Amino acid sequence: MRDVAIIATAQTRHVRADTIHSEVELIQPVIAEVIERSGVDRHDFDFTCSGSSDYLAGQPFSFVMTLDAVGAWPPISESHVEMDGAWALYEAWVKIQTGHADTALVYSYGKSSPGDLPRVLSRMMDPYYEAPLWPTSIDVAALQARAAIDAGLTSEQAMADIAYRSRTSAANNPFAQLTSSADPATLLGEDYIADPLRKHDCAPITDGGVAIVLAADDKARALHDRPAWIRGIDHRADGHHLNMRDLSVSPSAAIAAQKAGVANGPIEIAELHANFTHQEAILRAALGLGDDVEVNPSGGPLAANPMMAAGLLRIVEVANRIHSGDVSRGVAHATGGHALQHNLVAVLEGEG
Amino acid sequence: MAERVAVVGVGQTKYTAVRGDVSLPGLLREATFRALEDAQMTLADIDAIVVGKAPDFFEGIMVPEYSLVEALGAVGKPIFRVHTAGSVSGSTAIVASGLIESGVHERVLTVGWEMQSCSEAMWALSVSMPFQQQLVAGAGGYFAPYIRKYMDRSKAPDDTGVLVALKDRQNALLNPYAHLHEHDISYESVKESLMLWDPIRYSETCPSSDGAIALVLTNEAGGDAAKAEGRQPAWVHGTSFRSEPGWAAGRDEVSPQAGKDCAADVFRQAGITNPREQIDVVEMYVPFSWYEPMWLENLGFAEVGTGWQLTHDGATARDGDLPVNPSGGVLSTNPIGASGMIRFGEAALQVRGMAGDRQIDGAKTALGHAYGGAAQFFAMWVVGSEKP
Amino acid sequence: MSEPAPIDLPAGLWSQPELDTSAVAELADVESVQSLRAAATLYYDYTPGIATTLFLRALKEKRLTGEVCAESGKVYIPPRGVSPTSGLVTTELVELAHVGTMVGYCIVNLDFTGNAQEIPYVSALILLDGADIPIYGLVREIPYDEVRVGMRLEPVWVEDSELTTSFENIKWWKPTGEPDTSLSDIADYI
Repeated sequence: MRDVAIIATAQTRHVRADTIHSEVELIQPVIAEVIERSGVDRHDFDFTCSGSSDYLAGQPFSFVMTLDAVGAWPPISESHVEMDGAWALYEAWVKIQTGHADTALVYSYGKSSPGDLPRVLSRMMDPYYEAPLWPTSIDVAALQARAAIDAGLTSEQAMADIAYRSRTSAANNPFAQLTSSADPATLLGEDYIADPLRKHDCAPITDGGVAIVLAADDKARALHDRPAWIRGIDHRADGHHLNMRDLSVSPSAAIAAQKAGVANGPIEIAELHANFTHQEAILRAALGLGDDVEVNPSGGPLAANPMMAAGLLRIVEVANRIHSGDVSRGVAHATGGHALQHNLVAVLEGEG
Repeated sequence: MAERVAVVGVGQTKYTAVRGDVSLPGLLREATFRALEDAQMTLADIDAIVVGKAPDFFEGIMVPEYSLVEALGAVGKPIFRVHTAGSVSGSTAIVASGLIESGVHERVLTVGWEMQSCSEAMWALSVSMPFQQQLVAGAGGYFAPYIRKYMDRSKAPDDTGVLVALKDRQNALLNPYAHLHEHDISYESVKESLMLWDPIRYSETCPSSDGAIALVLTNEAGGDAAKAEGRQPAWVHGTSFRSEPGWAAGRDEVSPQAGKDCAADVFRQAGITNPREQIDVVEMYVPFSWYEPMWLENLGFAEVGTGWQLTHDGATARDGDLPVNPSGGVLSTNPIGASGMIRFGEAALQVRGMAGDRQIDGAKTALGHAYGGAAQFFAMWVVGSEKP
Repeated sequence: MSEPAPIDLPAGLWSQPELDTSAVAELADVESVQSLRAAATLYYDYTPGIATTLFLRALKEKRLTGEVCAESGKVYIPPRGVSPTSGLVTTELVELAHVGTMVGYCIVNLDFTGNAQEIPYVSALILLDGADIPIYGLVREIPYDEVRVGMRLEPVWVEDSELTTSFENIKWWKPTGEPDTSLSDIADYI
């Protein structure tokens, strides 16, 4: 396998609702910034890949409009996934492994504000038996939270502690949307929105975007003095139907973590795409993370959740801390679907 | 050195306007199990699944692949969803091929589908979005002005499109999977059909279909094993994608640069220096009849302005020297999300000698082509009966 | 006249399994479900973005504006805020004349407008003077078989009291009566 690294990143300041910019106006500055930071000429990317969602945007073929932000002229080798940008990164990583590319531009974005996000996400459920009941993303998450609590993995107290920790550590993150939190006792005094979930247990609604540049081997070394090497990357899916899964465990995240080689070395930080507080415990167990591993120093999705970019953002947050020298080895996780159905795990290292 | 990729299984559903007898999982499993049977494998042998289809609004199901994980045997495996507009399932096959070429996986199942009867495909294709200019002429109305430009530039005879539609739909009569089986089709019936968007007639327009296609791809060892058991694989000789902006000064939408660049790249990878001579069969994405001569020029099979001559001379007929769309093409079958992979799969069947009554004798090298968006996204592969 | 025989799939292909409901007596005479209709309604608040907002506000004032790509100098209408060939933000706007040349068209025989449009109608690509890409428009006030590439067109606006921030301010385009633009002048567009 070739050595592939992230050598530049950029992200928007994530906000509750960007009612000023269209999607292309939102992502263009991020793409322009990452290109500039990378030192790669705009015309020299061997491959470009993006991730976005039509249902989120409320428009079929929505990704076509944002291609303008790339300046695809002369024509480029380009692809798109209807998934989080973490999977666009995966496709670009595979493209580099084939030898058909040495550099890649990857971007993803999502405006959740146009639609009623939990209702929009109910359209991801099985269309025959489940979607007609309109189970929102929060309803499904609450079922999983109940399962996790009943299995002894977590508790409402632990969940409130996670919400508090995440949002207060986000105070150090200039891009985060939520950067403070009431103390856990106050949080627990609020009403449930879907027992056992309260508002603080849920990621916010966010508009935002992210972009990265990948480079291989010596190209990466020439472009950055401390590339964030992708030492392992894998993704797996669990079954869909809620009654056929034990919602308190994530076998697919465990397999992905094993294949990505999480356990091959010490983990200093883990950026986990846990959109709900109860999911952190499930993922810690699946990824085999000890209590000493710092989770979501960026604040994680609880501080900013740009749909279709939040997973790639986890990879970015680990990469940034490697670039700065703060971290030598970290894990990033991305998820798709409800209740952690689809999971991607990447192990990033500095100094390679 | 990159791993070689072999196509060892192709499975298709019967394409039709409404598959009322199956659910969406049922439709996909039909194509999947046929491909697995062809490959002499079971779902357990598959390492990864790559799926592609048109926008989710076509069925009204957001990311349907998630509720299809069990049906596709994807529990515990990677599942990957590609979405590149009309070229999508061509791109999907290329992504699947890349997983093997890179050495990441050994056996990949890839599926493209559309169940257009679930929702209003015409609506989803040209939804009226606020703040955007309305396309008041429907999907064909978008392409018709560019076809008219081709006719003006090339001075092609007016009935060139009629000849293409007739050929493709007659070819479809030899393809049991094809949606349209117009036994009574004739030159007159095509020419006299309703003119929808002058110059495109009803009979020169693709249908709206339900259907799925699945391919099983393996590494070189898998291809060798299939061959040893008497099952000829199709070897992948080249794959490429190209995209360009939909609305940009300097674009030529009659013969887009992205199409030319994509073809040049795939031919270079496959060692093709003279496509007209070296390609035995072409499965190209022709949703409106005139795209046959237009794409023949765009792909480099004919000089600019002369693509229509290949059609009139019969070169693109089954018994011509460059058969185009012996499957009947998109003009006979169009589940949008599957159509790209159907081109790629039919190209593979041809070089495997497994195309049944629609087989072109001696086909050894074939091109699969797909396009989408405002003729701005292109995906192509070249397959051959010999290893690259 | 009998139906032609259906074309059979190759023998031995995997086919949908027969459903055996014998274990459940009540299902003995039940028809299988052919389709399930589940209506879904979702509401979205779309944001036009800065470029489109400025364009539509100008349109409300009966002004046609385009954006300039800093790299190529090409003028795009309607503006999108970003040049598609350079990926750069387009900061310069220009005012465009209310006249253009038809560079492409088709004649439509089914009403796709949803507006009880008379058929046949002409859907055209119109290159405004000063612009480098065409915009769409309906062409009226001329028999459909007399339209031609190169003809000069001008917009027919709604009444001033009906102007809004919308493309619908232009009802259709009509010939100006000027001599056609010579085809060599629009060679890049035809």
